[in-house]
Amino acid sequence: MANFSIIVPIKEVPDIEKVNFDREKGRIDRSSATSEPNPFDLNALEEAVKIKEEIGGNITVISMGPPQAEDTLRDAIARGGDKAILLTDKGFAGSDTWATSYTLATAIKKLGHYDLIICGEKTVDGDTGQVGPEIAEVLDIPHVSYVNKTIERGKDSIIVQTEVWGRLYKKELKFPGLITVTKDLNEPRLPTLTNKLKAKSAEIERWGLDDLLDTGDEKHFGIKGSPTSVVNIEVPKEKGRKSKIFEGKDAAKKMVEQLRKDLGGI
Amino acid sequence: MQLKRWLNNYVRIWGVYDMAYDESEGEGVWIYCEQEKGEIHPVSYELLNKGRELADDLNTHLTALFLTPDGSDAQELVYRGADRIYLLEHDNFNYPNEIPFRENIVKLVEDNKPEILLIGATHFGRSLAPRVAGALETGLTADCTGLKIEKGDFVQIRPAFTGNILAHISTDRCPKMSTVRYKEFDESERDTGREGEIIDIEPLEYDGPDVKILNEMIIEDINIQEAEIVVSGGKGLKDSQDFEIIEELCSTLGGTVGSSRPLVDEGWISRNHQVGYSGNRVKPNLYIACGISGAPQHLAGMKESKIIVAINTDPSAPIFDYADYGIIGDLYEVVPKLIKELREG
Ligand SMILES: Cc1cc2nc3c(=O)[nH]c(=O)nc-3n(C[C@H](O)[C@H](O)[C@H](O)COP(=O)(O)OP(=O)(O)OC[C@H]3O[C@@H](n4cnc5c(N)ncnc54)[C@H](O)[C@@H]3O)c2cc1C
Ligand SMILES: Cc1cc2nc3c(=O)[nH]c(=O)nc-3n(C[C@H](O)[C@H](O)[C@H](O)COP(=O)(O)OP(=O)(O)OC[C@H]3O[C@@H](n4cnc5c(N)ncnc54)[C@H](O)[C@@H]3O)c2cc1C
Repeated sequence: MANFSIIVPIKEVPDIEKVNFDREKGRIDRSSATSEPNPFDLNALEEAVKIKEEIGGNITVISMGPPQAEDTLRDAIARGGDKAILLTDKGFAGSDTWATSYTLATAIKKLGHYDLIICGEKTVDGDTGQVGPEIAEVLDIPHVSYVNKTIERGKDSIIVQTEVWGRLYKKELKFPGLITVTKDLNEPRLPTLTNKLKAKSAEIERWGLDDLLDTGDEKHFGIKGSPTSVVNIEVPKEKGRKSKIFEGKDAAKKMVEQLRKDLGGI
Repeated sequence: MQLKRWLNNYVRIWGVYDMAYDESEGEGVWIYCEQEKGEIHPVSYELLNKGRELADDLNTHLTALFLTPDGSDAQELVYRGADRIYLLEHDNFNYPNEIPFRENIVKLVEDNKPEILLIGATHFGRSLAPRVAGALETGLTADCTGLKIEKGDFVQIRPAFTGNILAHISTDRCPKMSTVRYKEFDESERDTGREGEIIDIEPLEYDGPDVKILNEMIIEDINIQEAEIVVSGGKGLKDSQDFEIIEELCSTLGGTVGSSRPLVDEGWISRNHQVGYSGNRVKPNLYIACGISGAPQHLAGMKESKIIVAINTDPSAPIFDYADYGIIGDLYEVVPKLIKELREG
């Protein structure tokens, strides 16, 4: 039997707190922001590491992005990934979620055997949460979204808890399968010093468009393969809320009077 | 079925033909009517309202897809604005497993070629829609807060970058799919004089389940997303027991308790109360933030509230830029005073 194999797709994103949203000019200035792994993906990776600790196997981390996304993959190795693949090519630029998912799925097929794919719930930049289920669709495997707990982890299936329809569902997913996980699942550990050193010298495999053409169709990659495009971006001026500050001994009294005036019966 | 799926997948990967179709071929606006165990989710009425507007602008019809366990009320969707309902009744639709829903929706789309397909951006919708869009090889715009027809084109508007920007998205093939944020649009009016056609469709055989449901539990906690008043506590609280004063203010107002993320991480309160980007998005008439700084991830969950009140010791806390009213002060002093004033009134 092949080694138990987990795949964690990780996206490199800008540190949102450091992105400058110019509300006057309506522009995003990313120059001041450093890049980091998408925070939700660290929860995905942490769960993969926990599963590996329990039942063995290996973890492949995979990212599509510019060459510097290598840093994110090194970080992922420091956090417990065994093997890293960077999908980078001009031909991948401008991908929407369909093309991104197609590219990642095609690379996963090329890897051959896998049991479980773990994605983050969403990213802090593109913010769609679509890539996980779309990868599952391209691979034609089942998936469970919004997993907030893994209950039983086995080699053939996993039992998870997910919140949907105003209920908590306990579901069993047979492998190969995919889950997307929320931040409630776990608390990602920090990389240890030894692992950081290991990551420094780890080999990061790079695959470009040509490497994927035996498992994928050229017409689905990059901007040409993307049915959606961003035609305009607004940085909305925040609703001008004029914070009226109540001061002094009577502040609470004035506040309640104001709220009663605005809202009536409270 | 298995064979068909395999074949579809084969075709999809090797690109013998496209599942999506050209823009000129698409006709009609469709909405997916979300139900939970046969009960229609209110987002469906919001979709019918927006869908009606789009269909009128495009001079076309509005169709609702209703995949539901037996005995559901399809007529209600006619009263709420649909010209046509595709009604598929089966026990499979009693469970939130995406695959049987996907199979049937994909088939209906392929047979009828709508121009637009809207799905509610609930957890289920956001899990189902990418599977449908992926199977159809078409575009999907996530969590839209604005949809309009501009010079004949379908423009989809959505927040991104943790709610900091609005992106305008266009889709170059059909069906053009979007998930639509819950509580963003008004529900359609109910008009029992409206007429529409209900078409019964035999659901496809489904040999799953791919995912086995072992257990189902109603979440006892109150649903904070529906609350009219939310009173939240943040790191300004020094101890888990101090949450009591937030709870007291909250019960005096008849509201629901909320929290910033760190307190949830500490285990002071359950996640169902967390407000923010990775928690719940709320839009109450009144939101009171006590000892919360106003980080972008918190703001993303509450800045659409009608009235926002901030109580914070730090006058430069960002929350004040988003608040209508504020008190600069120690919540341990201010909150009890507010409770007293409210009780006396
Ligand atoms: C402002 C803006 C709005 C956009 N809106 C849309 C839209 O509505 N529809 C659309 O189709 N595209 C949209 N896009 C394009 C989309 O952001 C990109 O396709 C992006 O590569 C993937 O989408 P995401 O960031 O939303 O990922 P999500 O779907 O939110 O990511 C979910 C998970 O998938 C995995 N993942 C995602 N991307 C990668 C990656 N590059 N490498 C490895 N793993 C990954 C991670 O595990 C991640 O946690 C938009 C882009 C911008 C800039
Ligand atoms: C990917 C990601 C997702 C996230 N999702 C969320 C989310 O969904 N929700 C969320 O809330 N956060 C989220 N966060 C965390 C967020 O960035 C902030 O760390 C968090 O919101 C801060 O919580 P806080 O305001 O309670 O604490 P702090 O930022 O520490 O603020 C405490 C405030 O209390 C004030 N204060 C102190 N003592 C008193 C007193 N006695 N009386 C009155 N005021 C007092 C202080 O002046 C300060 O302003 C997320 C972060 C990331 C990276």
